[in-house]
Amino acid sequence: MAQFVKKPEKKFVDIGLDEGAATLTTDMIQQVISRVLKGETSAYLKAYVDTCVSCGLCSEACHYYLSHDKDPYYAPVVKVKQTIWEILKKKGKVSPEFIKKASEIAQTECDLCRRCAMYCPFGIDIADIILIVRWICYILGVTPQYIQDIANSYSVTMNQMWIKEDEWINSLQQQEEEAQNEIATLRIPVDKEGADIMYSVISPRPEFRAQFIYKAAVIMDTAGVNWTMPAAPGPDNSDMTMYTGDNEIMSRVKKTHFETAMRLKVKKILISECDSIYDIGNKWLGWKWYPIEIVNSIEFYYELLRDGKISIAKKFEEPVTLHDSCNVDKGSALYKMARYLINATCKEFVEMHPNREHSYCCCAGAGVINCGPHWNMKQMHGSKIKARQLAATNVETVIAPCHSCYGGLEDVIRHYKLGMNVRFLSDILYECIEKPRVVIDV
Amino acid sequence: MLYSNSWNWEIGTRLVANTGNWKTKFEWVGEPKVSPDGEKIAAVVKIGKSEFSVCVNGEIWLNHFDRIWHAKFGPDGRLAVLVSQKGKWTVAVDGNTWKNRFDYVWNTMFSPNGENIAATIRQDRQYGVVVNGELLGNMFYDTNNLTISPDSKRTAAVVQTVAFRKGDIFKFQEGCYTAAPDGKAWDRNFVNVWGLAFSPNSKNLAAEVRTSLYDYTVAVDGALWQDTFSCVWAPVFSPDNKAVAAPVRVADKWTLAENGKQIWDRKFFQLWGQIYSPDGSKLAAIVAPKFGKWTIAVNEHPWITTFSDLITDVVFSPDGNSVAAAGRDKGLWTIVVDDQSWKDTYDMTWQPVFSPDSRNVAARVEKNGYYTIVINGKTWKHYCEALWNPVFSPNGNKVLIRAIENGKYYRRVLPITKI
Repeated sequence: MAQFVKKPEKKFVDIGLDEGAATLTTDMIQQVISRVLKGETSAYLKAYVDTCVSCGLCSEACHYYLSHDKDPYYAPVVKVKQTIWEILKKKGKVSPEFIKKASEIAQTECDLCRRCAMYCPFGIDIADIILIVRWICYILGVTPQYIQDIANSYSVTMNQMWIKEDEWINSLQQQEEEAQNEIATLRIPVDKEGADIMYSVISPRPEFRAQFIYKAAVIMDTAGVNWTMPAAPGPDNSDMTMYTGDNEIMSRVKKTHFETAMRLKVKKILISECDSIYDIGNKWLGWKWYPIEIVNSIEFYYELLRDGKISIAKKFEEPVTLHDSCNVDKGSALYKMARYLINATCKEFVEMHPNREHSYCCCAGAGVINCGPHWNMKQMHGSKIKARQLAATNVETVIAPCHSCYGGLEDVIRHYKLGMNVRFLSDILYECIEKPRVVIDV
Repeated sequence: MLYSNSWNWEIGTRLVANTGNWKTKFEWVGEPKVSPDGEKIAAVVKIGKSEFSVCVNGEIWLNHFDRIWHAKFGPDGRLAVLVSQKGKWTVAVDGNTWKNRFDYVWNTMFSPNGENIAATIRQDRQYGVVVNGELLGNMFYDTNNLTISPDSKRTAAVVQTVAFRKGDIFKFQEGCYTAAPDGKAWDRNFVNVWGLAFSPNSKNLAAEVRTSLYDYTVAVDGALWQDTFSCVWAPVFSPDNKAVAAPVRVADKWTLAENGKQIWDRKFFQLWGQIYSPDGSKLAAIVAPKFGKWTIAVNEHPWITTFSDLITDVVFSPDGNSVAAAGRDKGLWTIVVDDQSWKDTYDMTWQPVFSPDSRNVAARVEKNGYYTIVINGKTWKHYCEALWNPVFSPNGNKVLIRAIENGKYYRRVLPITKI
């Protein structure tokens, strides 16, 4: 392991890791590791470990490795060597300091983007292995403060931002009022039983990016969609607890999500531009796939446009590029639909390279961004390759079809002074579609 | 149905309101709601700029408000809505508002007998529960998961009793939440509280609780079950008030526990939604005997019929001899009764309804954008634009159908033999 010790970098302080590790003993650690590794993870972990030949081909896939000038410390295989291999080699007899370091690696140096799985000749999914590390660290109480706080928020409110029921409903009502200034008859139907579609979002605070709901409402109203939104602030569709290893809360959020859809008797759940619904929660609950059909916004808007339910009145004038977000593209291959929408709505589309499922992660999603401002410089250093990609497009507008990526890209653009702005696909669609019933009610 | 004895059960069809006209009379019309007896249909309507009212059978309430939403009929036929005037919120019942106003009100809930209406409120950044407009007990940092007791006299909610800053993960883990029956918090706090359930006699309250980030159990009146589990789901009381049953996760499998002890030997991949039969002799639950296979287990014995997607809306017959549920298999819905699926499939089904004599099961279903009623698997060949759940007459021979057809709302009473 010594050969992979990285250059000294700023020491990060995180009470979630520091105070969590301070309570541990080697015996406690060994017990937890033994329990985790003997349980449901044992078979596939063994297959992964037995199969890996340490060829290092995964290195070139990793945005941390590339962003750090190919420092081998950041190679995915090295992250595995520094964490789960060491744990296996020592049969779980590792120190609290080791666990603290393993948690830091798993939470702040791997974003679970799964790009490395595409480069591995055996298809080993290193993200799965890193998730096991996060799980072990969670059970041991060594999780970065901010993402643990997000998990705590989910456990109480079923959303990631501690939004209470009244704040959520009020937020929807404000968005509806704002939209009615443009289209007097527009409604955001709340808790409408029997609608075709339940629009499920990452619950925003009223003052923070809530306008995407208003814009989505305008698109759905224009298209004549029979839709609703739940009156409760959860279930938030992102369910970030799957990234801490808290499988029980992850499943509770997911259960609430689908039970809400069942209560409202909707036929589909439309998820806002979000990368995180592709998950493991439904499987933990026993659902082989989603019990109620889930449609990503990219697919939904694509179908509305393809089927003539919305039409384009004007094109977005500025050249745009597209950030292919990890789960949307590696998980669901929606990149063709995203391009269909962009080409239909924008005058000039400039590809970012590499793109589609080979796009670089922006350190958001399942990544370091969730660990809070303490880790901001890790996020920025790990995003250097993304910044280069963005800069090379020479355009000022980047489309991010994911809330997390939206925030991640804003951070990158600010840090690297790229002078770009980030837009959702729905922002562009909202601006460009024909709105047949524009009524200013004065 | 509580009041159904006093309803008009004369066979026939009656036009109650021409709801299709409403869309031309008002700027917009909210989703229609129908009273349990089918005599009234109501919707929130916009009657001017930032001016809303409620239209009931074509008549507009005299009171107008800046905003109205969440129209809800109670079991006794009263209509409650949430209304806002000059930035303050309250509840209007049949057009008359509560005298108290609040910064925010939501989640109105009728008691089972319809006499009391509870709601959650926010006032001066504190949260509480009001009943018929009057604050019940204390205010808290947060209040959610409101529930009302079977006798209609009590409420309970999950409350936050300790303030903590966002990001204070250690304070959170000490436990800042508890349950508050009648606005009075239990003596001890938990990391989380969910799934409140009153006993049938309304004297006791159970909840699923998380005592640390990793330990789950059930609390009854604040006292914990002896054992903790890696996860639990919401508890229910037995009809005799003596037992509390909850799904518990043991060694990566789920089973059912009663008063803290595992009562089912059989383990499942998943188990939830348990209900007691009315006499308490049986327990049915939604289970996944295998990953991706869903069915009902009665007294731990799973049915043979399984569904690939889900099962929901489980209900016992009044005599306790039958169980019905809605199930979805490969994207298609149907009703399953005592391990037998109805032969037809639908785009959507609602909770099946047993007749009081337990001999018949009816359900509202949707297919190709239209709604109808199915009784014992036999479809009423009448397709409606909107439909509410069927209600059996007290003697079980007739069924009340509340439906919108061709833009008009009709109240129909049919002999079940006509379906």
